[in-house]
Amino acid sequence: MFKCGRSNRMKKIESKKVAYLLNFIAICIFFGILMILFKKEVFGSRTSYFQGICTTACYTIIMVASLNLLTGFMGEFSLGHAGFMSVGAFSSAILTNYLAESGIPSFVLFLMCLLVGGIAAGITGIAVGVPALRLRGDYLCIVTVAFAEIIRVAFCNFKITGGGKTMSGITRLSNFYWVFWVMVICVTIMYMYVRSRYGRTVMAIREDYIAASASGINVTYYKVLTFTISAFFAGIAGAIYAHYMTAIIPTNFNFNYSAEFLTEVIIGGTGSLTGSVIGAAFLSALPELMRQFSNYRMLAYSIVLVLVMIFKPSGIFGTYEFSLVRVINRLLGKSTTGSTASKKTVQEVE
Amino acid sequence: MSLFIQSIVNGLNQGAIYALIALGYTMVYGIIRMINFAHGDFIMVGAYTLFYTIPLMISAGMPAWLAVIIAIVICSVIGVMVEVIAYRPVRRSGSMSALITALAMSVFLENLAMVLFGANPKSVPAIFNLPAVEILGAKLQLKYLLTLGIGILIMVGLQLFVKFTKLGKAMRAVPQDKQAATLVGIKVNKIITTTFAIGSGLAAVAALMYCSTYPRCTTDMGSMMGLKAFIAAVLGGIGVIPGAMIGGLIVGLVEIFVKVYIAPGWYEAITYSILIIVLLIKPSGILGKNVGEKV
Repeated sequence: MFKCGRSNRMKKIESKKVAYLLNFIAICIFFGILMILFKKEVFGSRTSYFQGICTTACYTIIMVASLNLLTGFMGEFSLGHAGFMSVGAFSSAILTNYLAESGIPSFVLFLMCLLVGGIAAGITGIAVGVPALRLRGDYLCIVTVAFAEIIRVAFCNFKITGGGKTMSGITRLSNFYWVFWVMVICVTIMYMYVRSRYGRTVMAIREDYIAASASGINVTYYKVLTFTISAFFAGIAGAIYAHYMTAIIPTNFNFNYSAEFLTEVIIGGTGSLTGSVIGAAFLSALPELMRQFSNYRMLAYSIVLVLVMIFKPSGIFGTYEFSLVRVINRLLGKSTTGSTASKKTVQEVE
Repeated sequence: MSLFIQSIVNGLNQGAIYALIALGYTMVYGIIRMINFAHGDFIMVGAYTLFYTIPLMISAGMPAWLAVIIAIVICSVIGVMVEVIAYRPVRRSGSMSALITALAMSVFLENLAMVLFGANPKSVPAIFNLPAVEILGAKLQLKYLLTLGIGILIMVGLQLFVKFTKLGKAMRAVPQDKQAATLVGIKVNKIITTTFAIGSGLAAVAALMYCSTYPRCTTDMGSMMGLKAFIAAVLGGIGVIPGAMIGGLIVGLVEIFVKVYIAPGWYEAITYSILIIVLLIKPSGILGKNVGEKV
C-alpha cells in the first residue's frame, strides 16, 4: 500500500514537472509575442512608450504579488509596503552610483542591484516584522503605516539618500526584457512558496492562529518569515523602479502609494496570485493608456473597491488560480486526472 | 524662556486640534471597532467648506466663525452618507472588509476633492481677528488659547453627554453587547449613524481650529493629520473620551518640542515611534483597560 502511494507520488511529481514545462513554454510564447511586437515596431513611434508601460506593469506585479503573500495568504494587512519598496530603491541606487564607473557589465550590475535592494528590504522587513507582528488586524495595519512613514522621514533626512531632494542620475538599467524575466522568476518563487509546506503553514495560521499554534506551529516564526519574504520582493520591485525612473524622491513612497498597492491586491483577489498578476497588469496599464482620465483613476479604484467589498469581499478572482494544465485537459476532454490521483494518494496513505 | 512658553502654547494648540480629531476616531472605534480612515478626510471637507463659506459670511456681515455651523452640517451629512452607503453593507463581513472600505472611502473623498477643487492649495481667509498678548516676554496668539478653550469645552460637553443622556448611554451599551442592546429597545443602526454624525461634526470644528492656525487647505491634508490624531487616540486609550484629550495634547506637545528643540526634520518620525512603542508596551493606551482575548 505504501509502495502504491509512493508510485502515485512519483506520478504526481512527473505531472508537476510537465505542468512547469508547459507554463514555461507558454510564458516564452507570450514573451516572444511581446518581443516581436516591440522589435517590429508595430506601434511605430510609440514602441518605447508601450515598453515603458509594460515595465511599469512588471514591477507593479511584483509589488502586488508580494503584498498578496501577506494579505491573501497570511491574512494580515500591510499599509507600509511602499516603505520596503523605497528601501530597495534607495539602497540599490546608492550601489549603482558607487559602482557606476567600475566597468561591471550592466547585466551583472542589474542583478547585483536587485539582490542588494531585496536584501536591504528583507533586513528592514525583519526589523519591522519582529516587533510589529506581535499585533494583528487594525493595529498591525497602523503600525506598518508608522514604520513606512519613519522610513520616509529617515530618507528625507539622510545625506546619502538626497536629503529630501530628488536623487537623480541613477543609471538606467531596467529594460523591459530583463524586467519581464525577473518578474516571472519572482512570481514563480512566490507561487512555489505558497504551495510549499511553508505556504500551507501560513494559510493555517490565517485560518486560525490559535489552533495553528496549538498544533505545534511556531506562529511568530512563520509570520516574520513571510513578512520578510514579502519585503524582499518589494525591495526587488523598488530596485527595478529606481533603475527605470532614474530619479527617486522619498516623498513618492507615501501612504497613498501603499494604499494603491493594497487596493490592487484586494480588487485582484486576496489569496490569488493570478488575480494579483492580472489585476496589477491591468490597473497599472489602463490609466497610462487613458492619460486624459488620470485624475479619475483613484476615484474609480475606490468606487470599485467599495463595490467589491460589498458584493464579493474576496476580490474579483477570490482564491481562484489559473492553471494551464487544467485548461488543456479540459480542452482535450480529459477529466482532471491529476487532482483525482492526488486525492487517491491521500486516501491510501490514510 | 519665552521660546519655551511659546512652544508650550503652540503644542497645546496643536494638541487640541489632534484631540478633537482623535475624539471622532475614538467614538467610532469604541462603537463598531473600526478604524475610520475617512475621518481625516472629513476635516478636509470641513476646511474646503470653510474656504467657500467664510467669504459669504463676511459679505453677509456676520462673524466669520459662524461659517463653522455650515461646515458642521455638511460634514455630518457626509459622515452619515459614508456610513450608510459604504460601511453599513459590509459591517457583517468582518473587520478586514470594514478596514478596506474605510480606506477606499478615504481615497474616494480625497480624489473627489482633487477633481472638484483642483490640486492647488487654497488659502482660507482669517477667521479670528484677535490680538497677540505678551506674557512673561512671550508673544501669545489669543486665538491659540481660544482653540484650546474650545477643545476642552467640547471634550467636557461630550463626556457629560455620553455619561448622562439617554442617547449617550445607548452609545455605551451598543459596543458592550449588540444583541442585548437590541433587546432593550436600542436601535443599533440609528445609534451608530448618530455616532458618525457627531464624530464628523467634531471634525468640522477641528477644521475651523486648524484653519485659524494654518490658513490653507489641500486635498491631502486629512490623511496625515488623521493618522496623527489616530495615534493620539491610541495613545490615550482608544474608546475613552478623556484619553483622546490627553493623547492629543501629548502628541501635539511632543511634536512642537521636537521641532523646536531637538531635530526639526525628524518630528514626524518621533510621533510614529511613540505609537509603535505604545502599541508594543501597552496596546490599550494610557487610560484604556486591558481586555483579554477570548478563545
